Amino acid sequence: MSKNWSKTRKLLAPIAETGHCGVFLVRMLGGIRFERELLISTLQQIYLIGARSLVIIMICGFFVGMVLSLQAINALQQFGASDQVSLLVGKSLFRELGPVLTALLFAGRAGTSVAAEIGLMKATSQIEAMQLMAIDPVQRIALPRFLAGVISLPLLTAMFNAFAIMGAVVFSIGAMGLDPGIFWSKLQSGIDFGKDFMGGVWKSVVFGGIISLIAVYFGYYAKPTGEGVGTATTRTVVLSSVLVLVFDFIITSFLI
Amino acid sequence: MQNPIIRISNLVYRRGTKVILDDVSMDIKRGSIVAIMGPSGVGKTTILRLISGQLQPDKGSVEVNGKLISTLSRRDLYQCRKEIGVLLQDGALFTDLTVFENVATPLREHTKLSEDEIRDRVIDKLISVGLANTGDLMPHSLSGGMARRVALARAVIMNPNIVLFDEPMTGLDPIAMSTIGRLIRVTNDELGLTSVIVTHNVEQMKNLVDYCFILASAKLIAEGRPQALMHSSDPAVDQFMNGRVEGPLAFNHQDDPVDVNAY
Repeated sequence: MSKNWSKTRKLLAPIAETGHCGVFLVRMLGGIRFERELLISTLQQIYLIGARSLVIIMICGFFVGMVLSLQAINALQQFGASDQVSLLVGKSLFRELGPVLTALLFAGRAGTSVAAEIGLMKATSQIEAMQLMAIDPVQRIALPRFLAGVISLPLLTAMFNAFAIMGAVVFSIGAMGLDPGIFWSKLQSGIDFGKDFMGGVWKSVVFGGIISLIAVYFGYYAKPTGEGVGTATTRTVVLSSVLVLVFDFIITSFLI
Repeated sequence: MQNPIIRISNLVYRRGTKVILDDVSMDIKRGSIVAIMGPSGVGKTTILRLISGQLQPDKGSVEVNGKLISTLSRRDLYQCRKEIGVLLQDGALFTDLTVFENVATPLREHTKLSEDEIRDRVIDKLISVGLANTGDLMPHSLSGGMARRVALARAVIMNPNIVLFDEPMTGLDPIAMSTIGRLIRVTNDELGLTSVIVTHNVEQMKNLVDYCFILASAKLIAEGRPQALMHSSDPAVDQFMNGRVEGPLAFNHQDDPVDVNAY
């Protein structure tokens, strides 16, 4: 009986943790007070986790755009339709690759640093010191990082998209000699702003929420040891990457 | 006699099946410096956490400033904590803020003082701990003793009436220890505080504190003035106060409770 019970508990643990994480989210957003302090620390975090991720996002975006147009031209040439390349690149980029790849990069670059930072604050009793000063660390530490993630990721996605289009331009117009007029006009007429572009933006808002919630949650409940911080960081990347892909499917099936 | 500022009555605290504190009662007098002493891992830090409301007792009660800590809601508890300053082991300064901002944090959070008033108060406190020109330094560039002094300034910036110290001397050199000791005495008397110090450092405490509680094996085994305890006839008290190897207290206590990560 007791052996079965402990097995059942193990199976139920992820559900319990999901609930715990939900409670954490409610506690974080429920106590929100719109003050100058919150604005300042959120802006600070947008700089630290958003602006500092820019370079990696731009480089990756550029190369993704290049490889996309390489593949697209290669495939479309067989049908003599290589002038459609900007349409294919644009659709796949704005709808899927932009938001998803940016989210995965963001999880690795910013999610880990947030989880490690909060975990380390816990390991060095800074979180406890804050509670003892009657300051709620969920509001003071977790909330600005969460908000910064939700705000930063769509902006980073836009940057990623822009650089990917640039990469496509460089490759297909610069290297393959495609006509720039056709490239831009196909892109302009074929991409629907609401459905294609904004659909991707809404996705990345959700992804930003998922990644930063997981990062602050795992950081906040990390065991206050070196190993605990390491585990929290790893779990943040793994779980947020998986959830980004799962939610990508769910959101897409509603958007289409 | 006036009411004690902290009253702990018949306190029992268990972790799992292990009894950490068993029927402990203490009255801490307003204005005094009190030490809670005992061998490592005896539950000293647990008592501090029960006083600050981070832990809930299984039985018995903790009364601080006349309020029953265990019955307070989170909001009331936070309100109550504004009257308690805490200096944690190693100081626990915020590593991403300067010394000045560290000390200013409680003021910014809980008061509506202007920037000038905050500056005056913080500098005033930094001067009183002998660190007048360190405001712009980051915590990682401070020595252990300096970090502890900054933490003391931060703990008293809200003018609390109780300050709790968790091992304030551990890991410091003898000069830094005496400096911290003298600072604790001076701040206590000047600001009219009540100081509760958790420590196993008998040498430093015997000249500093007014009153001692000694814990061993989850129980309060003795209390009194340090000088009186030094000459106690109780073998366990005598062993601890005079640091003898032989005696009723085993060094490797079998069910040594581990204090880390207790919360």
